Amino acid sequence: MSRLLSERIKDAKDAIRHLPFALLLPLVFLAVFFFYPLLAIFRLSLAPQGHLDLTALAKLVSTSYYARTLWFTTWQAAVSTLLTVFLALPGAYIFARYRFPGKGLLQALTTIPFVMPTIVVAAAFNALLGPRSHLSLALMSLFGLERPPINLQHTIWIILLAHVFYNYTVVLRIVGGFWANLNPRLEEAARVLGADRWQVFWQVTLPLLTPALIAAALLVFIFCFTSFGVVLILGGPRFATLEVEIYRQTMHLFNLPLAATLSLAQIALTLTMTSVYTRLQARTARPLKLRPRQTTQRQPTTGRERMLVTGNVAFMMGLLLTPLLALAERSLWTGNGYTLTNYGELFINRRGSVFFVPPVEAVRNSLMFAILTVGLALVLGVISAYSLVERRGRLSRWLDPVFMLPLGTSAVTLGFGYIIALDRPPLNLRTSPLLIPLAHTLVAFPFVVRAVLPVLRGIHPHLRESAGVLGASPAQIRREIDLPIVGRALLVGAVFAFTISMGEFGATSLIARPQMPTMPVAIYRFLGQPGALNYGQALAMSTLLMLVCAVGFLGIERFRYGEVGEF
Amino acid sequence: MSLLEVRHLTKYYDNERFPDDISFIVDEGEIVCLLGPSGCGKTTLLRIIAGLETADAGQVLFAGRDIRDVPVHRRNFGLMFQDYALFPHKNVFENVAFGLRMMHLSRADIEVRVREMLELVGMSGFEQRDVNLLSGGEQQRVALARSLAPRPRLLMLDEPLGSLDRTLRERLMNELRTILKSVGVTALYVTHDQEEAFALADRIVIMNHGRKVQEGTPQEVYQHPATEFVARFLGLTNLLPGKVVGMDGYHVIVETTIGNLRISKSANQQPETRVTVLLRPEAASLIECSPASEHITGTLAECSFRGGYYRLVIRHTSGQHLSFTIPASGVTPPPLGTPVSLLLRSEAISLLAPDVQE
Repeated sequence: MSRLLSERIKDAKDAIRHLPFALLLPLVFLAVFFFYPLLAIFRLSLAPQGHLDLTALAKLVSTSYYARTLWFTTWQAAVSTLLTVFLALPGAYIFARYRFPGKGLLQALTTIPFVMPTIVVAAAFNALLGPRSHLSLALMSLFGLERPPINLQHTIWIILLAHVFYNYTVVLRIVGGFWANLNPRLEEAARVLGADRWQVFWQVTLPLLTPALIAAALLVFIFCFTSFGVVLILGGPRFATLEVEIYRQTMHLFNLPLAATLSLAQIALTLTMTSVYTRLQARTARPLKLRPRQTTQRQPTTGRERMLVTGNVAFMMGLLLTPLLALAERSLWTGNGYTLTNYGELFINRRGSVFFVPPVEAVRNSLMFAILTVGLALVLGVISAYSLVERRGRLSRWLDPVFMLPLGTSAVTLGFGYIIALDRPPLNLRTSPLLIPLAHTLVAFPFVVRAVLPVLRGIHPHLRESAGVLGASPAQIRREIDLPIVGRALLVGAVFAFTISMGEFGATSLIARPQMPTMPVAIYRFLGQPGALNYGQALAMSTLLMLVCAVGFLGIERFRYGEVGEF
Repeated sequence: MSLLEVRHLTKYYDNERFPDDISFIVDEGEIVCLLGPSGCGKTTLLRIIAGLETADAGQVLFAGRDIRDVPVHRRNFGLMFQDYALFPHKNVFENVAFGLRMMHLSRADIEVRVREMLELVGMSGFEQRDVNLLSGGEQQRVALARSLAPRPRLLMLDEPLGSLDRTLRERLMNELRTILKSVGVTALYVTHDQEEAFALADRIVIMNHGRKVQEGTPQEVYQHPATEFVARFLGLTNLLPGKVVGMDGYHVIVETTIGNLRISKSANQQPETRVTVLLRPEAASLIECSPASEHITGTLAECSFRGGYYRLVIRHTSGQHLSFTIPASGVTPPPLGTPVSLLLRSEAISLLAPDVQE
């Protein structure tokens, strides 16, 4: 027993001794900008006055309001998940098994919603179904009403709808991708052995898909559970998830200990779910003898198959593109025709506006922060990915999830942690504009790791070895073999980081300074102000943000290495 | 009466036809091999018969009935895929039991039948094993047991030994025929390996570019390949272009680069027709230099020992290379470069029809 322990200690020492120096950089970054703020949250919630004080925790448990918030957070996430999986499964099937014209384009388009900033999604649904939408206006004038007859604004329905919109592509990608590589011979074998369509589905397809289904569902659940922008804007004051409640407690009520306790609960729940997710993902690696897609897909031939494909394509277009198109269209509408007025207003510094500077300054801020984020995230992400590849084994197994931790932590919690941790010595960044790109980097760099890691791992060792045998030094191998292959993955990571930074709202909404808003923050402020002009400017800026993210993401789709790459 | 009859089966693929107007029959209890290079349409043919794909023209008759409208799962055929397609989420027992469960057999009956099948393929005691951890040969056996368990009226096998290594393949080849014959199942076997086809089949249908080029027992096909393609595909490479210059009773005299050869008449050859002459590798034997009428001379260009026989390549005096096998127990070949004389056996020489080019 003791021998075992001493061996373990020796192992650990060895691991540390072999730790590459460069790896310290991402680890220090995580320590200062992730673990330190989290620790501050712990301290504030459990010991606000320096000694253990569980008042906030007790309040959380005893007040039914917070229990209701937790309950609402959970059930809306569960319902959103079920709806999404149910609606996306047929789509995943047609993507997995059929080839049809325009499929590549459609696949790229369906991904756009996922990379849309929450604020854009909220604005889009507002433009499509809100009280100022064409639909509402038309119904009002048709029936001569004072108020819109159906108002989805501030109802659970619009929240669910937005969540389905957001996460449809997650299920489509994860389940559809897995399904596409599933050997269709298995289903055929079952049919030849006497199973009808349903039996094949229940006995063969579904059990084989289960790991992917659960992984997708869990991911969607986590996203909906930590939903912030959608609930804050579309749900209105009646609805609050934990995220929204943390934001309100911090920004409106200044009840920091309670916000910290809520954050703590949030962290505990999301980390549990993320670890379950990672574990399930590892289990998905069932030895399935996956097939290349060319062999598993075919053209729809029978009328029934064509109807299935057409129906699903129409559904995807309707669900995923209508709100975005409505947003763009509505941003050009000014009551009596299509003009660029709303866009023009962005350049004017009006008295009485919500800004002291022309709103277009927000665009400049966002771009600046995004560029900084890309640089930081690439450096940290590449170092991390390299260290993970070069030392397999214990350390890598342990570090991999550590690098993913920021993904499992909600943005609002993170922003809140920054507010309470980084506003005093030894590290006072409260007024520094650097705070925002630092937060964005934390969110973005796991994506860079995820983009680069599989490509690095996928470089066949023989490539490096034969380069070495041919006389290439380690540095030359990196330049001649690794860089050209990883180059595109880096580009993917960079675009990811860029779009994430451009659209980040949760953390930014807490830490952005009033005179230095980013685009999402500006949109949120516009939406909160009365008047057609503010609304028009919100839509105009949302449209700009949408275009930036869409262009970025379509770029990623082009540069992706075949089908390599993890989400 | 034939159990399976395929009539003029055709399927279009991007302006090509694979298979193209294929007809053949399979009798009850017979093992028929579809033999041809990869991509010749044999797998598609199998999938059409199984009902997994539809033909664009032609018919599949089973026991005299057109089965076009019978869905896959009602055909009660067995199909063994090249990659076996064992269900990775089920263990050995559950895999073999799958077809029986679809028949709604009682649990006890399933148990009995699965054990019987696993015993048949030599996999008793593997019931609870994870199929993903089995070796290639073991997976192949489980797949065979799974296909045979529901007592299919017709068993189809798509290159079932294709992904195994050579030694294992040779062992399983013989075993497979023993098992199929002991069960008495009617089988349709697809392969691109002529050795496999010879070892397993009662009858062989040779296909090329989607078309049937020859049909017959293994012996017939080997001894009388119908065309140059068949000869080359069976590994017979001594093909000489020639011209009929005369005939006497049952023989024709053919002029070739290695001299005039006397060959038994196989069809109605007219004088002056261009023909192809096939010398099978076992056609020659080394003789001590004693001039005779039916012998050829040349130098020894290659010689390799293959266990039971030598493989020789002779460079004929005309420059033509010919390859032969001679038993290792006979004359020991002289060193390379030595002039040699070979006696040709006329029964190992035949005439081929030219390949039909389209």
